[in-house]
Amino acid sequence: MLLLGLLISGSLYTAFSPAQADSQPSETEQVAQGKELFLASCAFCHGQNGEGVPTVRDGYQLGPSLVGVGAAAVDFQVGTGRMPMAAPGQQAPRKPVVFSDEEIAALAAYVASLGPGPAIPNEADYSIDDLSEEERQEAISRGGQIFLTNCTACHNFNGAGGAMPRGGYAPSLHGVEPKYIFEAMLTGPQQMPNFSNGNLSPEEKRDVIAYLGSLEETPEYAGFTLGGLGPVSEGLFAWVVGIGGLVGAAVWIASHTTRSKKSKVNA
Amino acid sequence: MSNDNSSTPKHPVNAPDGTPVPYDTHVPTHREAEPIADPGLPAHTWRPTDVDPKAEKRAERQIAAMFIAAMISAILFVVAYFSFEVGDNWDTFAGLGASTITLGLTLGISLLLIGTGIIHLARKLMADHEMVEMRHPAASPQEDRDATVQALNDGLAEAGIGRRPLVRNTMIGAVGVLGLPAVVLLRDLAPGDALDIDKLGNTIWEPGMRLVRDVVGTPILASEVEMGDLINGTAEAMFPSEENGYPELHGAEEQAEKAKAAIIVVRMDPDEITPLEGREKWTVDGIICYSKICTHVGCPISLYERTTHHVLCPCHQSTFDLADHARVVFGPAARPLPQLPLAVDDEGYLVAQSDFTEPIGASFWEREKL
Amino acid sequence: MSTDSRIDTSKVATSNGTTAATASKPGPAGSLASWADDRLGLATAMKKNLRKVFPDHWSFMLGEIALWSFVVLLLTGVFLTLWFNPSMGHITYEGSYDQLRGVGMSESMASTLHISFDVRGGLLMRQMHHWAAAIFIASMMVHLLRVAFTGAYRKPRELNWVIGCLLLLLGTLEGFTGYSLPDDLLSGTGVRAADGFLKATPVAGSYMSFLLFGGEFPGESIIPRLYIIHVLLIPGILLALIAAHMLLLVYHKHTQWPGPGRTEQNVVGFPMLPVYAAKAGGFFFMVFGVIAIMGGLMSINPVWKFGPYDPTKVTAGSQPDWYMGWPDGLLRIIPTGWETVIFGYTISWNVMLPILIVPPLMLVILMLLPFIEGWITGDKRDHHLLQRPRNAPTRTAVMVSLMTFYGLAWAAGGNDIIAIKLDLSINQITYFMRVAIFLGPLLAFWITRRWCISLQRHDNEKLLHGYETGIITRSPEGAYAERHLPISETSAYTLTARDRDEVYSVGSDTDAAGVAAPNSRSERLRARLSSWMYSHNVQKPTRAELEEAHHHAEHEAELQAGLDHPVDGHQFDDHRLRDTDEVPLRDH
Repeated sequence: MLLLGLLISGSLYTAFSPAQADSQPSETEQVAQGKELFLASCAFCHGQNGEGVPTVRDGYQLGPSLVGVGAAAVDFQVGTGRMPMAAPGQQAPRKPVVFSDEEIAALAAYVASLGPGPAIPNEADYSIDDLSEEERQEAISRGGQIFLTNCTACHNFNGAGGAMPRGGYAPSLHGVEPKYIFEAMLTGPQQMPNFSNGNLSPEEKRDVIAYLGSLEETPEYAGFTLGGLGPVSEGLFAWVVGIGGLVGAAVWIASHTTRSKKSKVNA
Repeated sequence: MSNDNSSTPKHPVNAPDGTPVPYDTHVPTHREAEPIADPGLPAHTWRPTDVDPKAEKRAERQIAAMFIAAMISAILFVVAYFSFEVGDNWDTFAGLGASTITLGLTLGISLLLIGTGIIHLARKLMADHEMVEMRHPAASPQEDRDATVQALNDGLAEAGIGRRPLVRNTMIGAVGVLGLPAVVLLRDLAPGDALDIDKLGNTIWEPGMRLVRDVVGTPILASEVEMGDLINGTAEAMFPSEENGYPELHGAEEQAEKAKAAIIVVRMDPDEITPLEGREKWTVDGIICYSKICTHVGCPISLYERTTHHVLCPCHQSTFDLADHARVVFGPAARPLPQLPLAVDDEGYLVAQSDFTEPIGASFWEREKL
Repeated sequence: MSTDSRIDTSKVATSNGTTAATASKPGPAGSLASWADDRLGLATAMKKNLRKVFPDHWSFMLGEIALWSFVVLLLTGVFLTLWFNPSMGHITYEGSYDQLRGVGMSESMASTLHISFDVRGGLLMRQMHHWAAAIFIASMMVHLLRVAFTGAYRKPRELNWVIGCLLLLLGTLEGFTGYSLPDDLLSGTGVRAADGFLKATPVAGSYMSFLLFGGEFPGESIIPRLYIIHVLLIPGILLALIAAHMLLLVYHKHTQWPGPGRTEQNVVGFPMLPVYAAKAGGFFFMVFGVIAIMGGLMSINPVWKFGPYDPTKVTAGSQPDWYMGWPDGLLRIIPTGWETVIFGYTISWNVMLPILIVPPLMLVILMLLPFIEGWITGDKRDHHLLQRPRNAPTRTAVMVSLMTFYGLAWAAGGNDIIAIKLDLSINQITYFMRVAIFLGPLLAFWITRRWCISLQRHDNEKLLHGYETGIITRSPEGAYAERHLPISETSAYTLTARDRDEVYSVGSDTDAAGVAAPNSRSERLRARLSSWMYSHNVQKPTRAELEEAHHHAEHEAELQAGLDHPVDGHQFDDHRLRDTDEVPLRDH
């Protein structure tokens, strides 16, 4: 019910938002445009009707079914350039976006029409601008604890990303737009698990985003973060900068000074 | 003090024919003549600062300049200390904490300048004649050794310990037994019941206890869990309230229970689950729950891949297949994650059917016995 | 060359001319010294030691880095204790770091945040302390490698080697107890792993864990206990061992590189006062300065981002500090399922092997190295001249092999970071390491030994046939040849200033060290090992060989140059110009 509600409100928002009402095509037009785009760019892997294309290996798919993934999934995958993939592979990396905003909206509308799924979130869903100073503070520290419980295991304490089995990786969260973080949690792209609204409420997701935003805004009190990867990069710098520099100093200290060719003086 | 002690005459290294003078009499050597005779220390050469007053003055000025710059840098440290704010409102400098970097840089530069100044002084202006000092064998002279052994024997003979084995043995025994009090004293490092290792065998979970989300403590409706969801959860008793009636936990007890109660809940297609015999009814509609604590050395584990259903431990990369009773598919762990049997209560919330059926977390000696 | 090393004080730079003044007129320093001596009687000991000679070489200063970073650790550590509160009492953080305000945590974490954000210079001191710790242990290791590769651990310095190994162990434990103190998420994860290690100990493991933690993990006792170990127990032992290490260094006098005038009987270098004291003192400031700059610019252990320890949370990249990395790597590459249950009791080989067995074993092997080598060679002489690594090929190869083992285990400990930075798969890295950890050291041993022996051959080439000038000459017949010229006398002497290796053989009359049972099994083993160690080595040429080669070379040179009078061959290079200040192969 909640999902359906979200879907409806999302669609309504997309359709009737005053800022877009003038220039935007109607929903049916959008779906039709989206279908065309889909057939051209997506259907090879996801099937003519988004039903997915199985491979010969049991249980594996060239592209998964998109029925029910919702507009949010499309907005995330295409909006961050992950889709369309350059080639079928284990993990779709982030890359330059191929489609325009209108085209993405059309694709999202088409995929949303295939089956009920999460809609593209509103800015109000992930923004803490409306909160009072105190509420904001609370949201950030609560978001930090939720982040450390649910997200850092893969994405690391700094949001720098981490390794997953068999060459997979959890990407860095630095510089990712709040909308996409929200959508990623909502839809669980690729190997990432879902944090659906029944799992983490929209407010909790908002708090996580607020925490991540605050991390990027706060100054690095301690100096350069060295990649924010923890003790491994710190150890590397201790050896290269610390030991490297100090051994260099030792070489200088023990080296011979210049010698004069003169051998006699009247001192 | 004078430089005269450097004038120790050089020890003859090689006899005139080039044969080395034996320096150790323990092992007779069969060495032939060294192929090349020791040419001796090369003649000393002079530095520009020794022979050129201009160079000397220049070095002096350089060193003094370093020391003066060090002073300035140290004063800048004090200025930075008082001018940059920390606490609620950090001053920043290119996105970095201004206080930390300016204090570090001024202190470091000051120290480095003092260091380089002193070393420059040693290299350029202090006398740089190499001196020769003779070594002495590490061992004491033979007569000293003999005297020491004699003194030792005399002392032992006078003590008469060797002749009185009864006294000697009881004395050794008495001192040895003192080890017991020393060890026993450590018993109360974990006083009284705190040493009850049976606690490793159970957790706070009990039949009918609700699963709640970690951090926020809200119970989980089975119908709200979507395919692909990963919920990092714990037991409702970790969030006691008047409503749920669980007792407040405090301090060590709370931490210990928290460390054992953590779970991960995932939902997958029920067809994908290969239940272990006897665990067919432990899942609710594809919702399956395991201990979050790795069976290797006990890290919390939640790096979940939704399509393979593998979960990875970030500490040592043990990988478990949650669709197949959390079998270890990779990495050093030896045992599957313990599974928590699930059910749904009247209101549709996920609850535990019972406690874990085995101890959670890292292995230990008595594990199978608990 | 002159054998007279008497100092000509007339040419000392005039600015320090006063130091050469006669001792007959005591200045203020002299009267202070006599006041002190009347009460302490130090003059007898000081008269030798004030001008004690230390040889000068960069590789002799690696241990100093460790010493000085230890001093920095003491200084910054005392600063931190003024605010740090080693308590696991639970409070709500109300300090000035926004993201954690209102979060429950232990007092030790809260006081760490207080030091970091509310004490000016506190964050700098914390980071300096942490960087200094990383450098302290790293410099101990490079110092250890220098000592091993040059054979400085041979008699009479074996015990100092053992002390050094203990310092490395204690430094590591000190580091672990130290970074665990803030009770943050990362270190807490490490402490939980340590709890897992303890529990894997057969029979007493569970009890050891409960005793250490004052009950079931995590308890409320571990931080105060680690604190007192970190600030009192281990530093006390470290100080005592460092003192012993230094005293033995002074007593034995420093080793030196061989060279003209440098023998087993003397030590050539600069006096403690003033040059060595100035260089060492200056180096202290430099070490301090480098650590201060690192502490100021480079973030280390940002505990506020990890958050307080919570046994249900974890972060990717959960690694220990670098010096604990190699056992962690061994843990990671153990294949699945190494656990046995015997009579209902669990034995966790997957934890015991990489943590409780291999690292202590490695430490024991390290400590025994000089004794094993001494037993095989049967060499009972005192050694004060260092060996170039190439001149002890087997020892060098053993060390490189141990380093390879360490390095591979270390890399395995960072496999997840390697995987994301180099786009690899952690699984593939782990599979590779499982094999490489065995093959790598063997391969490294073989390559290193062959390499050393080739270098020995190259040295002999230089001695016998001179160095390659790069000058190609054409003979009247039209054949081309590269001209070799003899190396300088000092270089030649330095190259030959090494012992001939003597292979120990059972019952051979070359060994008269009073062997009790010449045919016993251990003696045969010893002979085999000695042959394994030495028989491939290239020995330096004899005097006869050298003379013959030189004679031959002169003859060749005459023929090739087409001259009718003997030449020294240096007409083609600038050696003639540098004759006056020929320097030995190495600086000192």
